[in-house]
Parts: sequence; structure tokens; C-alpha cells
Amino acid sequence: MIPERFINASVIAGLLAVPLWALMADEIFTITLTTRAVILALAAVGLNIALGMGGLVSFGHAVFFGIGGYAMGILAFHAQTFAPLELGPLTIEGTKSMPVIWLVATVASALTALVIGLLSLRTTGVHFIMITLAFGQLFFYFTISWSAYGGEDGLSIYVRNSFPDLNTLVPIQFLGLCFAALCLALLLQWRLRNSAFGLALNAARQTPQRVETVGLNPMRLKLLAFVISGAITGLAGALFADLNRFVSPTMFSWQLSGELIILIIIGGVGRLMGPVIGAAIFVTLEHWLGGLTDFWHIWLGVILLVIVLFGRGGVIGLLTGKEGPHV
Amino acid sequence: MSEPVLATHGLMKSFGALIATDNVSIDLHPGEIHAIIGPNGAGKSTLIGQISGSLASDAGRIELLGQDVTRLRTAARAQAGLGRTFQISALAMEDSVFENVLLGAVAATSGAWSLFMPVARKVALTERAMQALDRVGLAYAKDTRCADLSHGQRRQLEVAVALTLAPKAFLMDEPMAGLGAEGSRNLTGFLDGLRSEAPILLVEHDMDAVFALADRISVLVYGRVIATGTVEDIRASDAVREAYLGESA
Ligand SMILES: Nc1ncnc2c1ncn2[C@@H]1O[C@H](COP(=O)(O)OP(=O)(O)OP(=O)(O)O)[C@@H](O)[C@H]1O
Ligand SMILES: [Mg+2]
Repeated sequence: MIPERFINASVIAGLLAVPLWALMADEIFTITLTTRAVILALAAVGLNIALGMGGLVSFGHAVFFGIGGYAMGILAFHAQTFAPLELGPLTIEGTKSMPVIWLVATVASALTALVIGLLSLRTTGVHFIMITLAFGQLFFYFTISWSAYGGEDGLSIYVRNSFPDLNTLVPIQFLGLCFAALCLALLLQWRLRNSAFGLALNAARQTPQRVETVGLNPMRLKLLAFVISGAITGLAGALFADLNRFVSPTMFSWQLSGELIILIIIGGVGRLMGPVIGAAIFVTLEHWLGGLTDFWHIWLGVILLVIVLFGRGGVIGLLTGKEGPHV
Repeated sequence: MSEPVLATHGLMKSFGALIATDNVSIDLHPGEIHAIIGPNGAGKSTLIGQISGSLASDAGRIELLGQDVTRLRTAARAQAGLGRTFQISALAMEDSVFENVLLGAVAATSGAWSLFMPVARKVALTERAMQALDRVGLAYAKDTRCADLSHGQRRQLEVAVALTLAPKAFLMDEPMAGLGAEGSRNLTGFLDGLRSEAPILLVEHDMDAVFALADRISVLVYGRVIATGTVEDIRASDAVREAYLGESA
């Protein structure tokens, strides 16, 4: 069986090699596809912190993805129309600066995660799934009726936002930014997993009773995990919106929440590289099969079924021969 | 007489029509092992659960070191100095033995809000964890996944986790169950010494261990304490013989 370290290193190497090859072969579209995979992976790394480490099956992570997307959309919209956002006495200028947009996206997502977490973490199992799903639907229908920002049609941003010293319009440079964000998120998850917090969260997932009995509050541990998780998925949402130069209510859809969960299950729940492998497989299938048939999701379902039936640890579980989640 | 470390006053708990704890007032003094015995379903685990905070009491009061902890949550009671072991192991089964004790060490010292520093590099914590494993004789299995432990080893690990907390009082729910004769003898010897560090409220079915260890014994039947006394008192009591010991004798 293959050691997990080796798999992790290969995945990172593959993520670097594909765009380098594409650059040399002048395959711009492959770079865009890779960027899409990297961003979805980032969103799923976020979810993996809640789902894999905290055992929180959130069926509403599209909320954070969407909030990140709309943070970008709204700020860039006000910048391109030169009309500041009036919030009562507050006047907020729009911006095209990625660092500012990212900050707003992560903070807004984190705060939303805090509120949703406080309201839903009291429940477990199916109830938790349903409550998070309900929050997702709430945001979905809200943005559909939010005509100031395009309602159902969404919001187009004409020029990609900017990053100091980079030309983000060059696909490979934007991919570089997304790749850096993904690496940082992976590093963060790895540090979290090995920290005292990670140890306690890991135990809280398995046996909250034990965690309480040693004097820790499992709810607070899970809440913090949920907030960190939401913030990362929110950042991914902002990048996703910038990739497409477009935001719409579909970023809040339950299908997206479901896809993020599926990505993780395919890659391996709780595995460091699980979301990355899952996203790579997902985007590849979407591209190749999506061109052949409108029903490519069926094949995704088949893969999912095989993985769930033959190895609970996802692709990484199959390759390492170890079921248990270990980051 | 010294102040009790732990005391309950008129503790009550019912599950529907079943009264599981009926007006229980017991205490635990420094340096003592107070054994709770009673037939299956007598309410021993329920009582431990109420004291530790995992079960809410219907009425009554719990005092730890003179402080009323009845309204405190489980985690707060643990921080105030209660160290509990479970009858049915509550361990992180996917984790190693070492990670399980390390959790106790983390909770008892630095807390869980260190997010980035690798916990395995904090020597004070790892030493505290290893020491607890050493003391229960489980150090050899430190890298074993908890799910792969025998029933008896899980009992030992339960005790080890409680040790990392350095509690003011131990609550132990059948720590000997499944240990086997030699394991029971070893643990009996260990608990004998442990009482000088913190007193132990010991629920146990193993009568050899109870008679060897207990300074006092309380007999619980249908949720009620029918007798409290020394080993000799309890052995001599007709009521106890009838209600409980008689069954096995
Ligand atoms: N959560 C619960 N809901 C309903 N009844 C319960 C619950 N927990 C315990 N009981 C009942 O309360 C009574 C006391 O149970 P408890 O587990 O405290 O007994 P015990 O003395 O620990 O028994 P044992 O020696 O088998 O461990 C039993 O009749 C049990 O069925
Ligand atoms: Mg019991």
C-alpha cells in the first residue's frame, strides 16, 4: 500500500505539473479548468475542517461559498458603477482589490458561520443536516429576490479584480493566487489537526461525553471549527466569483453544498488531501463526461457508490489501505 | 472530623415512573475510598452521572470542596476537580491510547485553544500523559489504536485519563470489570495508594476488591442507600445480607 505522505506529495506535484504543461502547450482552457478544481478544492478543504475533523455534516456550506461570492460581487459592482454602497449613515466605497475583497469575504462568512453554528450545533445527525440545508435555502431565495444585485440573473463583473504586482487577467497568474490560497488552507488544516485544538476536536467528534468529562466544552470546539471552516469556504467563493466574473444565487444552491460533500467523500473524509483529490476527479469528470452527456452526474454517482461500498476512506483510503481518517 | 471533599444532599433522579436515585446523601472524605455497592440496576451509574454532571438531578445538592456545584455543567465540574471513569468506556476509539491520555493532559493544563502549535511537541503535556499511562501499566500500548484494546485495557485507559486531570476526587464506575484476576489485583494495589492523592468514590462489583480497599461502604438498593458503614459493619448487617450479599453468598 502507498504511504499517505507520498500521495499528498504527488497530488501537489500534479497540481503544479498540469498548469505548467498547459502553459507550455498554450492550453489556456486547461489552466482555467485547473483553477476551477483548485477553487473547489479550497471550498472543500474548508468543509473538511467541519465535516472531517468535527464530524459536522453541513449541507449548507454553499451559504459561505455564496457569501464569499456576493462579497466580491457587491464590492466590485459598486466599484465598476462608481456608486458607493449606502448603508444608513455608512457609506462604503466599492473596491476591485482582491486582498480587501478576500478579507471581507472571510470575515462575513466567519460571522455567518458563527450565527448558524450557534443556532444549529445544538442538534446532531439528520437534524443538523436539515437545519444547515434550510439556511442554504434561505440565502438562495433571498438572493433570488434581491433585485439590487441582479436577483435571479446574478451580477456580472466586467474586469477581474486586481492584486498588487500581478496581472490577474493572465490565467496562470490568477491560478497562482488560487493555488497559494489552497496551499495556505492545507497548511492551516495540517497545523490545526496536530494542535491541542485538533486533538480535542477530534475527540469531540468521537465522544463528546469524554471531552466534557475532562473539562472541555465540545460545543465550543465544534463552533470554532465551523467558523474556521465557513471562512475558508467563503474565501473560495470570492475566488470562484472572480474566476467566472459572475455571481448568482446558484452559488447558494443545495446542489453545490452536496457537491462539496461528495468531493470530500470521494477523496477521503478527514484526509488532508481528500478535498483536492475529490475536486480533481470531479472537475475532470465534469469536463470529459459533461461534454458527452448531460447526465454525467450519474457517473459521479456511480463512482461515489463504488467508493462508499468498497472503502470508507475514499480514494486515499483505497490507496493507503487505511480506512480511518488521518490528516 | 475533616470536611468532606465531596458530598451529596438528598439527591433525586427518576426516569419516568422509575426512581433511580432516591434521596441519596453520601460524602467522601480526604484520603478515603468510599465504595458504592448494590445489585444491577440499583442506580450506581446514575448516581455517578448525577455527581459528574452528565445527568441532571431532579432535586438535591452536590458540594465539591464546600462549593455548590449542582448547577455547574459537566466541564465546569471537571475543572473544579472531579475525575470520572466510565463503566461503558467513553474513549476516542479511532485515536491511539496516547492521544486519549494526551487529551486529559491538555484539558488539565493549557486548554484546547492552542490552534497552531503541534501538541506533541509540548513536553510538559506529553510527559504528564506518559506518566499516567505508566502508572496504570499501559505505557507499552501507547501507540495502539483504542479500538484494538481489550476490554480490560480500556478500563485501565479510563483510569489513566482520570489521572492526567489530577482531580480533587475520583469517581470510578466499575474500573475492575473485565480486568481478570491479575489485573484486578494490580489495580487494587494501585487504587490503595491513590487514595492519599485524592479520595475515591468507587462503584464496584468485585467484592474482594471492595473489601480490600473500602474505608466505608454504602449499599444502594432501588436507588436508596440502605446502609453505610465499615467493611465489618456491612458484612455483619442482616439487611445488607438479605438485600444484596445474600444473592451471591
Ligand atoms: N437514561 C435512562 N432512561 C431510563 N432508565 C434508565 C436510564 N438510565 C438508567 N436507567 C434505569 O435506572 C436504573 C438504574 O440504572 P443504573 O445504570 O444507574 O444502575 P447500576 O446500579 O449502575 O447497574 P449496573 O450494576 O448494571 O451497572 C435501572 O433500572 C436502569 O434501567
Ligand atoms: Mg452501572
